[in-house]
Amino acid sequence: MRPRKLIKRFSFIDVFLWTFRLAVIAIVVVGSIATLAGGRYTGRQWLDFVEFGLAQGGIYALIALGYTMVYGVLNMINFAHGEVFMSGAYTAYFIAVPLGTSGFLARHLLVGLLTILLVAMATSTGVAVLVERVAYRPLRRAPRLVPLITAIGASFFLQYTFRGLYGAGIHSYPDIAALSGDWALGSFHILRTQAIVLLGAVVMMLLLYAVVMRTKIGKAMRAVAEDRDAAALMGINVDGIILFTFALGGAMAGAAGVLYALVFKQVHFFMGFVPGIKAFTSAVLGGIGNIPGAMLGGLFLGIVESVGPALFLDGLGIRAPYQLRDVIGFTMLLIMLIFRPQGILGERLAAKRA
Amino acid sequence: MRHRSVLIALALCVLLATGVPFAAPAPAATMGPVSDPIGVVKIDAGAPIVIASWLVTSGPNGALGTDSQRGIEIAIDDVGGKVLGHAIKLISEDSGCNAEGGQTAATKIAANADVVAAIGSSCSSEAVPGAPILWKAGIVTVSPSNTAPKLTDPMRGPDYDGYLRTAHNDKIQGAVAATFARNVLRKSRAATIHDGSPYAQGLANAFAENFQKMGGTITSQEAISVGDTDMHPVLTRIATGKPDMIFYPIFVAEGGFITRQAKDVSGLAGVTLFGADGLFTPDFLKAAGDSAQGMYWSSPDLTPEALGPRYAQDFLVKYKKKYGETPTAAFHPHAYDAAMIVFAAIRKVARAQGGALYIGRKALRDALFATRNFKGLTGTITCNQYGDCADPHIAVYQSVSADPAKWNPGVDPKKVYPMGKP
Repeated sequence: MRPRKLIKRFSFIDVFLWTFRLAVIAIVVVGSIATLAGGRYTGRQWLDFVEFGLAQGGIYALIALGYTMVYGVLNMINFAHGEVFMSGAYTAYFIAVPLGTSGFLARHLLVGLLTILLVAMATSTGVAVLVERVAYRPLRRAPRLVPLITAIGASFFLQYTFRGLYGAGIHSYPDIAALSGDWALGSFHILRTQAIVLLGAVVMMLLLYAVVMRTKIGKAMRAVAEDRDAAALMGINVDGIILFTFALGGAMAGAAGVLYALVFKQVHFFMGFVPGIKAFTSAVLGGIGNIPGAMLGGLFLGIVESVGPALFLDGLGIRAPYQLRDVIGFTMLLIMLIFRPQGILGERLAAKRA
Repeated sequence: MRHRSVLIALALCVLLATGVPFAAPAPAATMGPVSDPIGVVKIDAGAPIVIASWLVTSGPNGALGTDSQRGIEIAIDDVGGKVLGHAIKLISEDSGCNAEGGQTAATKIAANADVVAAIGSSCSSEAVPGAPILWKAGIVTVSPSNTAPKLTDPMRGPDYDGYLRTAHNDKIQGAVAATFARNVLRKSRAATIHDGSPYAQGLANAFAENFQKMGGTITSQEAISVGDTDMHPVLTRIATGKPDMIFYPIFVAEGGFITRQAKDVSGLAGVTLFGADGLFTPDFLKAAGDSAQGMYWSSPDLTPEALGPRYAQDFLVKYKKKYGETPTAAFHPHAYDAAMIVFAAIRKVARAQGGALYIGRKALRDALFATRNFKGLTGTITCNQYGDCADPHIAVYQSVSADPAKWNPGVDPKKVYPMGKP
């Protein structure tokens, strides 16, 4: 192609985007090489970073599942999902404290944990279903922007309702002696809480995947995600399935809440906001509407947040890299949205491999 | 056609950028017997004098603001609920301990033309945008717990002409903490963590400067963001520098996470944890649990030896009786003093005429800045030209039981420095 035509084909935007791409790649590569060459962190510490990232990522992944399923089925982002997560964790706090102080948790750890988990999941499911029924169902046929704004409103409503119910202060889950310290497998150490979180997250995700892929109701969910009207014509109770989707997402968020509380211990009425945003980012990264995508996105974001500042920014001489950790996560989102908007694994919940 | 709309949009942006003021400043006014270059507040006969408070009363740091609010309320009780025959009406805004909250609270207060003076904010991050907004409306504000050095710095600019504080300047707190760490605890390697807020950065820098001047080494100065929960990576990074102690002058939520997670990180076993006045509340012990045992805080000295019987036997008793618990943060006496100097300044400049009261805003501001040798709960209050009014007594405390129910500053946590004369 002649040079003139070539220049005409590339607008200013294209040049800018290419420069941006190259700049990010340069930062990543140069930073990583410099950090690794500097040798500041031992291999053991890199493994620690990955471990911390996986635990955090597991929590993001569980919350992201709720976002992704609702998007797949209703094509809307449920911004109130972070508060669903908060409601489970916060309500279960009131069960956890008496169980902890009375010594029940110490004596019957598994039963105690399962009770807390059940309470959290039940609350989150209830809240999610309530929000769907009250805030989203009447707006089923409204233009796309309306449910979005309603979701934001529902998010505020839930935050301040819980503030009113439980108070504006900060509360802590009880320390569980059996879960402190670490497990050693040879020379590989992992904190007990993180191991539980990771294991719990993986188990829940596998369960969810089994429900969605192998059961009849999961098939109905995928049908509604693919084409709502056609599914109704096939005799599927669309309202019921959507309710079930919200309930499932809520249950996952409740489980995430307990896992979060086990590691981080602090609960307060505003705790759902930032994990909600991070989980939404993970869902988009992995491909919104795609369940394995949400799982992958969550773990990926968790690892990048943990390893990223040390790996990329340390080598560039930035003095306090952890302040920029959110920058790394959201820059990744930005890049994904610009260059591959369908996410790592692509978009559809129901898409079958041809 | 499209070019035209782009040009118009561009022109609008330029206009906005040059700061076309949307709220005109209060004009020079004369009302009744008072003439004032900024404005005059008229309080009719029988109407209350409105004082606004903008403090953080919700969220993880809610104890800080609530505690200060209670100090103000006790001050109002102590003057009989009235100044110059007019009842005192306290309106409160929640400022959220961040810049957005401070801006919102200040804007709401500034829109209320009845407000005579404000007391706040709680966190320095709120005051940075908030104080200029209030001063543009002519409302002077006295902070009971802002401690960031930049708020009373000589280079702070005329936007902060209406800002004073009865809390100490963190340059002093940083020096005390560093002196204790170096000379008493004999630490030689320290790491600091701040959260990007003016308070945390100012105090971490003050500590680092003093620590280095005394011969210590700062292994790293890290930063996290407010709202971060997973501190393991930043703690791992700190561990690579092999410090003896970590100084983290941040707020309750992040401080709680760091305290809990420090023992999870290999390489930080045996490292001393040192917090500051942002963490000096039983809510922090709730957040951190048993991992706070044995840690240190630098904070205003609230022991009877430093503040005397007026605080220990009079104020504390009133506080416990009115609110049913011991104070939950460290700045209630400063809030009491802030309210008292505001009342004293109002008494000085208000002019009565026909049953109504007239207060000139600039006169009120000047009277506050002219406060000299005022006997307050925290000591002798004398305001300098940049708004620092405090008589600072900073102590270092160490936790004994880490049980929030046993919170009693001076006893648990016990005061460990300075010992002897206050």
